Amino acid sequence: MNALRLRAIARKEVLQVWRDPRSLMIVLLMPIMQMLMLGYGVNLDLKHIPICTYDREGSQHSEALLKGFAASEYFDVVKVATDYAAVTAAIDGGTCRMAVVVPQDFSERLTDTGASSVQAILDASDDNSATIAAGYAQAVIDQFEQNVQIWFAGNHGQSMAPPPPISLESRVWFNEDLESRNFIIPGVVAVVMALVGAQLSSLTISREWERGTMELLVSTPVTPMEVMLGKLAPYFVIGLLDAVLCLVMAVLWFAVPFRGTLLTLFATTSLFLVAVLGIGYLISVAIRSQIGASQIALLVTMLPTALLSGYAFPIDQMPAPIQWVTYLVHARYYVTILKAVFLKGVGMTALLEPILGLILYAVIVAFLAARAFRKRLD
Amino acid sequence: MEARAAAAPQVVAEDLTKRFGSFTAVDGISFRIARGEIMGFLGPNGAGKSTTIRILCGLLRPSGGRAFVAGIDVARDPERVRERIGYMSQKFSLYNDLSVAENLRFFGGVYRVPRAELAERMRFVVHMAGLDGREDALVATLAGGWKQRLALGCAILHRPPILFLDEPTSGVDPASRRRFWDLIHGLAEGGVSVLVSTHYMDEASYCNEIALINQGRLIALGSPGKLKRSALGGELLLVECDKVGAALELLPQAPGVLDVAAFGNALHVLVESAERGLVELPRYLDAKGIDCRNIARIDPTLEDVFVRLVAGGTRGEAPRP
Ligand SMILES: Nc1ncnc2c1ncn2[C@@H]1O[C@H](COP(=O)(O)OP(=O)(O)O)[C@@H](O)[C@H]1O
Ligand SMILES: [Mg+2]
Repeated sequence: MNALRLRAIARKEVLQVWRDPRSLMIVLLMPIMQMLMLGYGVNLDLKHIPICTYDREGSQHSEALLKGFAASEYFDVVKVATDYAAVTAAIDGGTCRMAVVVPQDFSERLTDTGASSVQAILDASDDNSATIAAGYAQAVIDQFEQNVQIWFAGNHGQSMAPPPPISLESRVWFNEDLESRNFIIPGVVAVVMALVGAQLSSLTISREWERGTMELLVSTPVTPMEVMLGKLAPYFVIGLLDAVLCLVMAVLWFAVPFRGTLLTLFATTSLFLVAVLGIGYLISVAIRSQIGASQIALLVTMLPTALLSGYAFPIDQMPAPIQWVTYLVHARYYVTILKAVFLKGVGMTALLEPILGLILYAVIVAFLAARAFRKRLD
Repeated sequence: MEARAAAAPQVVAEDLTKRFGSFTAVDGISFRIARGEIMGFLGPNGAGKSTTIRILCGLLRPSGGRAFVAGIDVARDPERVRERIGYMSQKFSLYNDLSVAENLRFFGGVYRVPRAELAERMRFVVHMAGLDGREDALVATLAGGWKQRLALGCAILHRPPILFLDEPTSGVDPASRRRFWDLIHGLAEGGVSVLVSTHYMDEASYCNEIALINQGRLIALGSPGKLKRSALGGELLLVECDKVGAALELLPQAPGVLDVAAFGNALHVLVESAERGLVELPRYLDAKGIDCRNIARIDPTLEDVFVRLVAGGTRGEAPRP
């Protein structure tokens, strides 16, 4: 290992990143965009959604149902329409995100068949909150159904089974026990860093192949270790800066309280970065085009970290075999650490288990990465 | 020549072979390069020139045979070899998104050129490449000839005793090509051994030694003059006549004719004796109803040698031991 060579490689890499628009975008824009997208995408406790109601029946039942909407903290009934034109105007004009329309035969069908439907008109321009609003609407309707059942039971002296479905135009997934934003954002930081880090380092070796500079590089006396360390050192610094960016966004933009110490944060983030950059580097060695490498890096990091890191979907609620698989996902350890550091303010001693997991992970990846690059063309 | 032969050779290839799957790209090539000697690799595309050079640089592992560069077995210890060589690959491979100075500084660092010397050597190389004042220009913006000279500059920054240059002049204008060969001669005079490949036959005369390569095989080895004199095994006549096609078919049957090849509108006829041929061939053609406008004795070019050796399938001179 030679300092002159390490420095030459690191300096060259910095210049290339600085002059490559794609790399710059990954460095600067991707973390911000991903933080916003994931931060709001999983923001399940959207409250006070402005809605409009249109009661075409005006019965006891329909009024009871709409009262449910008015009482819900998720909705603000800002307009009571008396015709469809007013409904359309409210949605199109943007004053309401959703309109709930009760049909004329609502009670009639409910009493006759035990099933009825309510129309929900959604402003689809914001897909995410529309989905969430529909979910909340279903929850309000479900609540009403239960009351109706009780009422039926009381009236007829017997219970009605199965419960009468009141269908909504689109029935969507709905997370009953909403995780608060505070709980999810620290995990989002982990997911974003896993994505950004792997993207960056996945370009580093493939760039040399793609641009035809590899042949000359391997003809020089640089060692594979110098190539790896020299190339990854700048990305490590960039990764730390991106981590700072994400963490600052979490605290200042998403207003998540930070209760831990910066030292714990720095130490664990560094460990995580080693694993993340190492994985990207391994991909970069294996795949000789930049596009190919960055897509594989996205595939390899996006799904596992989004689904199996426990950042939004609790690991202990997953089936046992899947729980085992999560141990292979580096972000799993870092998510655990970040949540604890942010929300509980615990120090390193309390986090021994995930930190050891991360160390083991980083060591294995670094070992593989150091052996991956061969200075040969065949 | 005597002194050169006495010095230990800087590059030794012994029966080098490289197979890609079932295809043999390099087939038992042997040669030596002395200190300060320029060895030219001549041959058409796909002959195996680049593959041989890559083996010598330790980039490809030979399937058979051995290679020593600066006395070091390349297959055993490629890293020690790499410190002692400069390499220009066939495809331009400097960093286009870095400036001239940044490229030089990078290779200076990678070859561990001491910091105290780097500035001086960079100045020398920039001057040699004719890039004074363009140190901060991005390499992508340079024209072909400049790029090639800068690539040579990056290859000699660490003052290697051995240079491998793979088609350094391809795609460069004739003036730049001549200038490039001047640089190579300057380096060789300073004691650097140079292996340079080309598919321009006319560049052979710039070399001390020529290796003619075809389909992975070494078909002739020697100085340009010696190859021209001896490899043909006869003397060469230029024949200009009408009905070139018919003449091309008939002449091989004429007495004393060894080989016939078309060069443009004329024929190059290899004969046992030029003296007899000059008299007999016009007569022979005349008898067949072909009018011979001009016949003259000419000096063979390396292209004649190459065509003759490839067509005859002879291996020509046995390679030096
Ligand atoms: N990595 C490789 N895999 C398979 N075939 C190769 C490889 N490299 C070169 N070849 C083949 O070997 C032959 C010699 O190639 P090369 O050494 O590049 O020739 P030259 O430099 O004389 O033009 C060509 O037919 C080429 O297609
Ligand atoms: Mg070639």
